[in-house]
Amino acid sequence: MIGIADCNNFYVSCERIFHPQLEGKPVLVVGNNDGCVIARSNEVKALNIPMGAPLHTIRHLVKQHGIQVFSANFALYGDISQRVMQELAAYAPAMQVYSIDEAFLDLAHVPHDEQERAAAHLRATVRRNTGVPISIGIAATKTLSKLANDRAKKLAGGILFLHDQDAVDDLLRRSDVEDIWGIAGRRATALRNLGIHTAYDLAQADIGIIKRKLSVVVARTALELRGVAALPLEAMREPRKEICVSRAFSHHVQEIAALREAVATYVTRAAEKLRTQHSVAGIVTVFLHTNPFAEDLPQYAAHCAVAVAPTNTTRDLIAAALRGIDACYKSGYAYHKAGVVLTNLTADHLIQATLFAPETDPRRQQLQVVIDDINTRWGRDTIRYAASGVKRPWAMKQGNRSARYTTRWDELPEAH
Amino acid sequence: MQPLPLNQFPLPTRPLYLVRVPAGFPSPAEDSIERNLNLHDYVVRRPSSTFFVRVTGDSMAPGIADGDILVVDKSLTPLQHTVILAVVDGEFTVKRFTREAGRIVLQADNPRYAPIVISDPSRFLCWGVVTYVVHNPNE
Repeated sequence: MIGIADCNNFYVSCERIFHPQLEGKPVLVVGNNDGCVIARSNEVKALNIPMGAPLHTIRHLVKQHGIQVFSANFALYGDISQRVMQELAAYAPAMQVYSIDEAFLDLAHVPHDEQERAAAHLRATVRRNTGVPISIGIAATKTLSKLANDRAKKLAGGILFLHDQDAVDDLLRRSDVEDIWGIAGRRATALRNLGIHTAYDLAQADIGIIKRKLSVVVARTALELRGVAALPLEAMREPRKEICVSRAFSHHVQEIAALREAVATYVTRAAEKLRTQHSVAGIVTVFLHTNPFAEDLPQYAAHCAVAVAPTNTTRDLIAAALRGIDACYKSGYAYHKAGVVLTNLTADHLIQATLFAPETDPRRQQLQVVIDDINTRWGRDTIRYAASGVKRPWAMKQGNRSARYTTRWDELPEAH
Repeated sequence: MQPLPLNQFPLPTRPLYLVRVPAGFPSPAEDSIERNLNLHDYVVRRPSSTFFVRVTGDSMAPGIADGDILVVDKSLTPLQHTVILAVVDGEFTVKRFTREAGRIVLQADNPRYAPIVISDPSRFLCWGVVTYVVHNPNE
């Protein structure tokens, strides 16, 4: 059996750990530049506020219902996620971390008639030890466990175990094709055109026809709905093939100086991610654009790829990113967003001396290690390149961000 | 220069014996390096359920002072008289947990503070058990 453990309203749950008075109260978290809703408590869902709603369109509801609004606090969410994953890992011999708040668990070792009790115990343990409520779906395959979990969220116990074929069929009949993991949009339309409307229809469909008319991927999904495991647990996360860091600005930015600071800041962040996964990058792409929704303003968008001798030092990558932004910048526009993408990633132990590049100074690598050391010890950006700016007026607003309770000594929660 | 915070060293270990190896001869003390002392490992037994909390006020004096850092383990269940991090009416408070005649009473170690009697259990939550206190005696 395979289980999926999924944190309920994860970002909201993280905030509630340190704001226990918000238990049972409406809470929402807004993302990028305090713009849109990225997490909702059940109380907020009940008010029909959708995911992605721009904050300024729901101000009246926030006021009327006394909704607590938080700006995203990813330092906190990342730390709490690691704790939850650690708790889950202690429970299953194999697991696949699927996202910041979900993991598939190999539950083959648990006897059939113990699954429900064991899941209830796991759920209570994670809640007690980390403060995060989770729901658990258990079934023969990943796709079925996902479907079970969606249902489990609506159940009081937060657990659904598809213990026999009747339980599976019952859930499949009640699920639309759009509810199935990996089926949405065009795939869903194509299935409905074939007369396949429910998950049950897809489970009964001719696999050959599905493969021919749609794709191998959907055929695999159909097999999984039948209880045939076609998607194994992927224990190791593949190192990412590209790393992208981009942000919208707090307000429109016109000057090249500010854009250079922003791009240097983003590439610094991207370089940290690159070193964390022990890769080097061969291409640094910089992009920027105006606000496509501000139709009354002149529009411009550009990107520029800069090739570098494979590197992961912040210094080299900033130099490349600045060349990129200088090349795509045009004056006279109000820029809304910029970003950096690192590609041509290879493992850092495979760096080959380039034919034309001068051999890199080993002291640069050492300097990078020292900078990373200091920033791990004292907090991110304790030491940073001056190119990334000092005041950073362009940086996104995080008006209501809670404290970084678990990652900063000067922001610990307080008790009297 | 400020002292470095205790738990933030990426490599927080100190070898028990630091030995210089003279060229040519292996040190006779070399075999004595058997373990490293790491204070973080000592006080944080369950990393996934352990949190740090800053104390304000003197309700738990003299044992726990204003500004001390508490090591709190959420996985533990309080026994009679253990110091816990409690939530009372949505507020964090550090107190001694006691059960008297079927009701919960939170005692302050400082006699100037009255005990908090929990008459309505829904007002109370044990957030975690305090396992260690980090205190600077010279502050």
